[in-house]
Amino acid sequence: MSNTPDKTEINNNFSDLHKPFNLQQAIVESARCLYCYDAPCIQACPTSIDIPTFIHQIRTENVKGSATTILSQNIMGGTCARVCPTEVLCEEACVLNEEIEQPVEIGQLQRYAVDHLIKTSTTHPFERAEPTGKSIAIVGAGPAGLSCAHRASMLGHDVTVYEAKEKSGGLNEFGLAAYKMVDDYAQKETKFIMDLGGIKIIHNQKLGDNLHLENLQNNYDAVFIGVGLNSTWSLDLENEDAEGVLDAVQFIEAIRQTEDKSQVEVGNDVVVIGAGNTAIDAAVQAKRLGAENVTLVYRRGEEQMSATQFEVDLARINGVNIKLWSAPKHIIADEHVAQIEFVKTKIEKGKLVETIFTYKLEADMVLKAIGQKLEIEDLKGIDIEGGKIVVDENYQSSIKGVYAGGDAIDCGEDLTVQAVEDGKQAAHAIDNMFNYEKGGEE
Amino acid sequence: MATLKCNIAGIESINPFWLASAPPTDKYINVVRAFEAGWGGVVWKTLGEDPAVVNVSSRYGVHKNRDNIVGINNIELISDRPLQTNLDEIVRVRKEWPDRVIIGSMMAVIEERAWKELAIKIAETGVQGIELNLGCPHGMCERGMGSAIGQVPEMIEKVTRWVKEVVDIPVFTKLTPNITNILWSAEAAQKGGCDAVALINTVNSITSVDLDLMAPTPTVGDKGTHGGYCGTAVKPIALNMVAEIARNPESKDLNISAIGGIETWKDAAEFIALGAAGLQVCTAAMLYGFRIVDDMIAGLTNWMDEKGYQTIDDFRGKAVGNTIDWNNLDMNFDTKALIDQDSCIECGRCHIACEDTSHQAITFDVSDDDKRTFTVIDDECVGCNLCQIVCPVPECIDMVPVDNGLEYMNWTNNPLNPMNNS
Repeated sequence: MSNTPDKTEINNNFSDLHKPFNLQQAIVESARCLYCYDAPCIQACPTSIDIPTFIHQIRTENVKGSATTILSQNIMGGTCARVCPTEVLCEEACVLNEEIEQPVEIGQLQRYAVDHLIKTSTTHPFERAEPTGKSIAIVGAGPAGLSCAHRASMLGHDVTVYEAKEKSGGLNEFGLAAYKMVDDYAQKETKFIMDLGGIKIIHNQKLGDNLHLENLQNNYDAVFIGVGLNSTWSLDLENEDAEGVLDAVQFIEAIRQTEDKSQVEVGNDVVVIGAGNTAIDAAVQAKRLGAENVTLVYRRGEEQMSATQFEVDLARINGVNIKLWSAPKHIIADEHVAQIEFVKTKIEKGKLVETIFTYKLEADMVLKAIGQKLEIEDLKGIDIEGGKIVVDENYQSSIKGVYAGGDAIDCGEDLTVQAVEDGKQAAHAIDNMFNYEKGGEE
Repeated sequence: MATLKCNIAGIESINPFWLASAPPTDKYINVVRAFEAGWGGVVWKTLGEDPAVVNVSSRYGVHKNRDNIVGINNIELISDRPLQTNLDEIVRVRKEWPDRVIIGSMMAVIEERAWKELAIKIAETGVQGIELNLGCPHGMCERGMGSAIGQVPEMIEKVTRWVKEVVDIPVFTKLTPNITNILWSAEAAQKGGCDAVALINTVNSITSVDLDLMAPTPTVGDKGTHGGYCGTAVKPIALNMVAEIARNPESKDLNISAIGGIETWKDAAEFIALGAAGLQVCTAAMLYGFRIVDDMIAGLTNWMDEKGYQTIDDFRGKAVGNTIDWNNLDMNFDTKALIDQDSCIECGRCHIACEDTSHQAITFDVSDDDKRTFTVIDDECVGCNLCQIVCPVPECIDMVPVDNGLEYMNWTNNPLNPMNNS
């Protein structure tokens, strides 16, 4: 095709979605913060970052102090600044919305501060406590696992992280849209976290495969499971294994792991099924890779889409066609997918029902983004409910000494920032358990 | 429509807005640009005897709050051009702009001959008045000029008299704020026969320290010196000094040309309300250009129309009578903060200000649906205004006078005053 974008264009399409603030922007924006008392934005942040204080510190040119304020609550403040749906978290709570409907750009200021520290500081901002002699095994080097590792190491424990993939970072490395995490940021952040010391990561270690929970229980004083949702739901349709039909997460991972984005294969007529942020990430990136037609199809209405309004708007701005009230019915394929048929749906007596109307879309690529699930086969012996690990208020599973957090537990929000909070809190819970045990011995 | 035409110490001006003696009035081109922009007059940058001074490079320092300029200071001396060049340019502008005012500013060492000779030369250019610069707190004072003279009332009187003896145009004595009591300076100028006092000159200051060079700014090489502070930061100091002169029985009839942080028409109106006959502006023009006079003229005119004032004199000095000694304030007056819950944006600034630093008079409640409510406890509120000051929403917190049934009582008749027992 003549209008296919060239290599440079495609790679430019994957540069920073939001250009980082420069000094001038940071000064102007930080001056807008009212420095609220007991601020609503703090309450709205799952990790309770002291936002008014860190913004005040930018204002006083104590940018290193500002970053330390952020990172003391959220060691992945850099990633969260890039990917948090701030419009439904801190920025939604900003009191300026009440007055002038333009909240302080908290996410951008947070990125300004954390990036400054990671770029300029030669020493890690935190220190480890005196060694406790305790050891913790962490399964999964994603946001929950690394956050738990960092906090546990700060508290003086020795941490070993077992990661199934060949690289650390979890969704930060493999699952987020490339234009949100440019310049290999997930790896930079992982290195920054590791700089604390006391953390060892072993890759290619998969639970239920070459890694066994009982062994970890035997060899460590505590275990934290932060495996995320490591499997996907299927459509249960014929021809789902046809060429060109793949999980959106696979597609996104391929983009993230390919340096020259023009080398990533993409269809010409791409159909994305789903309505979450993963569906949007897949659709927008397909478009930016040069797909002619990208259609995102969802069986319910726009109000029910779990993607935030910002993401939905982003899809539209990028030329993604959004079709609502349509459920996939048939995948038409020989070896390779050719078309996909949808049936129109509607709400009847409060229930989603299919109508008699159908239509077909041309499709040489179908990306399934209808949700991920926990691979429970790997977790024998642990209580599972609703497809998630059951934990108590201290993040402890049904097995004593085995803790869990992140997307593997039912914590309400499937957000990076929530996983970071889970990991941090679990580290404290484990530490409390150690202290309690120690107290008992004395 | 109201007119801004006014008379300052006998000098007619199309409006009260003059540029103060400073870098913006140093040369023909600046002054012409100012007149084109609409300024009513200028006080030419201070002239001294030849040889002209030499100015250093790096001259201004700044004091900022967040990204706003609060004030700047300068270490520039008087005009560094030959005297005759300045005099020739003054003659030329006077001819080209007959309806505008030029006041010649001057300074010299404390020597009668020097003051008289220079005053005569300047008067011969056709200026409408002469201003005696007795205020600069940097540089020139080290040579026995500027504030070195302005800080000694006897010298103020002497210099003013010398100049009055040789010129027949109005003489403005410009006062320094770097003294203990402005009335001593004003009364000395009055005794010397001045037609007006001009105040305030700049406040002695160090605006910041360069923490890398470890030197005060502005730095000249790796050293710095104290300089003259000006801009909106000094307006409160200037307002008080103007008011002190205006309400002092001895000096109340002095014409006042007010200077000090005037940036808007509102600032101008406030100085006039405290008795100023005319105004001088410098820093605001340096920061934004001469165009700011447009809004000063339009804003002041609109406000006067709204209030029904036809001329400047209609409201001049109207706030002087209400400026009294603390001892005469009504100690039984009572006012309470009232928070408008509809416009409150729930930032909590009022609460924490009152809780930490005042009277614990604003409660903070969070409802089940996370609505934050701040409420004034009237019995604890002393009416200090702090909550209203910190509130970011205009008109959200009102200070409402309450009738406590008590009659007027001031300190002089308060039974607690030990002086009343004797």
